[in-house]
Amino acid sequence: MEQFIHDLIGNDLLATIVWCVLPLVFILGYAIVAILAEMKSASWFQDRLGPMRTGPWGIFQPFADVLKLLMKEDIVPARADKILFNLAPVIVFVGAYAAFAVLPFASEYVGADLNLGLFYLIAVSSFGVLGIIMGGWASNNKYSLLGAMRSAAQIVSYEVPSATALLIVAMMVGSLNLQDIITAQSGGFWNWFILGGPKSDVVLASGAVIHADIGNFVFLPLLLATFVIYYLSALAETNRTPFDIPEGESELVGGYHTEYSGMKFGMFFMAEYANMFLVSAVAAVVFFGGWQSPWGITLGEALDIPVLTLLEGVFWTAAKGFFFVFVMMWLRWTLPRLRVDQLMYMCWKVLIPASFALALVVGFIVVIR
Amino acid sequence: MLSINYYLILSAVLFTIGVVGVLTRRNAILIFMCIELMLNSVNLTLVAFSAYLGNVEGQVLVFFVMAVAAAEAAVGLAIVLALFRNHVTVNLDEINILKW
Amino acid sequence: MELTDIIFYIFALVTIGSAMIVVFSRNLVYSAFSLMFTFLGVAGLYVLLLADFLAVTQLMIYVGGILVLMIFGVMLTHRVVNVEISSGAMRVIPATIVVGVFLGTLLLVLTRTKWMVMEGSPDVIGTTSMIGTALVTDYLLPFEVSGVVLLVAIVAAAFMARKR
Repeated sequence: MEQFIHDLIGNDLLATIVWCVLPLVFILGYAIVAILAEMKSASWFQDRLGPMRTGPWGIFQPFADVLKLLMKEDIVPARADKILFNLAPVIVFVGAYAAFAVLPFASEYVGADLNLGLFYLIAVSSFGVLGIIMGGWASNNKYSLLGAMRSAAQIVSYEVPSATALLIVAMMVGSLNLQDIITAQSGGFWNWFILGGPKSDVVLASGAVIHADIGNFVFLPLLLATFVIYYLSALAETNRTPFDIPEGESELVGGYHTEYSGMKFGMFFMAEYANMFLVSAVAAVVFFGGWQSPWGITLGEALDIPVLTLLEGVFWTAAKGFFFVFVMMWLRWTLPRLRVDQLMYMCWKVLIPASFALALVVGFIVVIR
Repeated sequence: MLSINYYLILSAVLFTIGVVGVLTRRNAILIFMCIELMLNSVNLTLVAFSAYLGNVEGQVLVFFVMAVAAAEAAVGLAIVLALFRNHVTVNLDEINILKW
Repeated sequence: MELTDIIFYIFALVTIGSAMIVVFSRNLVYSAFSLMFTFLGVAGLYVLLLADFLAVTQLMIYVGGILVLMIFGVMLTHRVVNVEISSGAMRVIPATIVVGVFLGTLLLVLTRTKWMVMEGSPDVIGTTSMIGTALVTDYLLPFEVSGVVLLVAIVAAAFMARKR
């Protein structure tokens, strides 16, 4: 895929830039769909129709919203710290976007096929916190600061169970490379890690072999619990309901982006949506086979058309990612918001001990098998 | 590849900046930051030697330095917070109850 | 000039420039946030030195951990809203002399010494498995001890920071 773009464009530097910008195009398209989905699902859950005026069934509403954000006046509060106030949305978005560099969209389409992919993902996902604190402090508003402090405490705490949950699968694969993790789950949905991992021997790209006994059904309940821990922490890390106390509008107006307007608010918004897709796609990659189709064979491979294989890969990644994004929207209208102390109790006294215990048990079984 | 001296000089300069901060600034948290600068410059030296000698042991040492730095930051900031609760200042010149 | 050389100079500039802001800025919050760019610059230099594992660890521990702690420290020890966060400087002249002598000595030693360097360029293999193997074989005891150190640090920090 990368080679193909190089051949198509000719100029190396230009081709590299195009290669780097491709995920951004994906995020923009996805954000448009997700905004509409959020509005429509919210209204359907509440027995409303939702936006109906812009275009048929209101499908052009997200374009109108984006246009509105672009044309709004960009207000910087008089007492705000101008430099940090302007830098904060950029840092938040960079933190979200940097993680897309290693996300495999298809077998031939991954920005950078790092050996440390999973570790890198966990590390850069903590980067956005700094932007959030920066924005909260620079706004010079007590609601912004409170929201930012809450958000930082929440994200830093919930990183521990989410990272531990991901490392449990990495331990079973013996690799941090995301493509290796996906390859280990090839062959159909019964080989996905959510259902206990591979049931027959798998050879990784590096030549290492994952033996079938690792996919024993012993792992099924353990990995199911691991997935639940990961998904709950992912919800908390993206500040989604029921963990949306950093921007709880009934207490804090809007949280850390209270003072932001126009396109800077748009960047916070985009970063949040990008993060939602990112954590969902990571769940898909690590537990649900990534770009693999549920029945193990692809039409492109059967007909020997590489382009079709690529498109199928992107389709499955997007479909699995969108599904988990939809579950997040679903939960938003199902569960009430937690209190701060309940949130911290949940993390430090439930999820972290549980994830450590799971890591211990899974590690033990992996070693003695 | 650049000669190793570039990396060594860079980390010497970084270390010196950290020393300047520790010597001239009086805020406890800022001094912490300067200590982190110094630790980073030492890490950079170790990684540079590790890369130019083709030996991974320097990087293992950096790993331990990072672990100790994390522990130091946690305990140090807890001390600073405790001091702030009792003295309402983090200026090291005003914290002198152990001095006669 | 090769591309990697240009990248080295960019990272070096970012590292040194932001480190200067950390030390000389009058505003503590600016210091804290420019420390982020120092850490990122050093992480970039690690990548140039083919230490990929350490570069990511640097991101995780320093940027995601220590720096967030520092910023919390800054915000908890100052009344933040509407109050100038600054910290004074002292003893500039003696410090300048000490530091000048120190830097001079360092640079003299560095440039005069003939450093032992491997011939050819190093292999471009990931360092993760090598570091992992070293940690559980030759360096097992330090590894365990550092785990205990971290545990003690967590307990001590929680004990000291709580309200009595």
